[in-house]
Amino acid sequence: MSIKASTRQVGATAIVDLSGRITLGEGSSTLRETVRDLVSKGQKTILLNLGDVTYIDSSGIGELVSSFTTVKNQGGQLKLLNLQKKVHDLLQITKLYTVFEVHTDEAAALKSFA
Amino acid sequence: MAGAKNLEVKLESTLDSVDVAEEAVKKFAEENGLPEDDVHQIGMAVREGVINAVVHGNRYNTQKVVSLTAEATAERLTITVQDQGEGFDSDEVPDPLAEENLLRKSGRGLFLIRAFMDELRLQRLGREGMQVVMIKNCSPATIKEEG
Repeated sequence: MSIKASTRQVGATAIVDLSGRITLGEGSSTLRETVRDLVSKGQKTILLNLGDVTYIDSSGIGELVSSFTTVKNQGGQLKLLNLQKKVHDLLQITKLYTVFEVHTDEAAALKSFA
Repeated sequence: MAGAKNLEVKLESTLDSVDVAEEAVKKFAEENGLPEDDVHQIGMAVREGVINAVVHGNRYNTQKVVSLTAEATAERLTITVQDQGEGFDSDEVPDPLAEENLLRKSGRGLFLIRAFMDELRLQRLGREGMQVVMIKNCSPATIKEEG
């Protein structure tokens, strides 16, 4: 199963609900296109909900990092919400847990952008 | 009953091969009684190894293949991924945990293999390509003996 992405707007923040696998190929390109599309429309605050993302490989990690820098370079912020244990562990061993702001509660995450 | 003790697959240099390799080795590891977490880690390591072989080694060249083998013994699971590319010097691969590399888009594949496996050996075989050997040690009771 590859990735599915749907975007909802809550206040000024775009929440992207992702599900499936963020891996080399379709998975990472879907994430890239979704984030680029939001940035091109001027979206400054993006919350990636990874609650239903079961698997990420090195390409997926690369795409998350790339999305983070793309948004940051445009003066915006990209944060993560609801990591499954395997994804959490992966961000921890790659030290990216120190780079990304990760939330477990959507309301608190939205509030943190304010 | 324990599964086959050896696996050998020839893979095309395409992205589809990455999924094929991962699934084949995960099934092999499962059938040989490895625990779920180990199976996940082995699958991920193989995935990264085959991505490197297809993308960086064979550079998607359809004339070149990736050879995947796996062997299960009572002590360990040994997996070999070999491409037909020019190879690389692992000392030249930047440390993905270094502060200046944290935000790089790529370069985490070998690191993840090392993180998930107990041993990683990289060998440049000249014209025969690059060979990546990854080993997962098993607890004494993990691999079921045939009999």
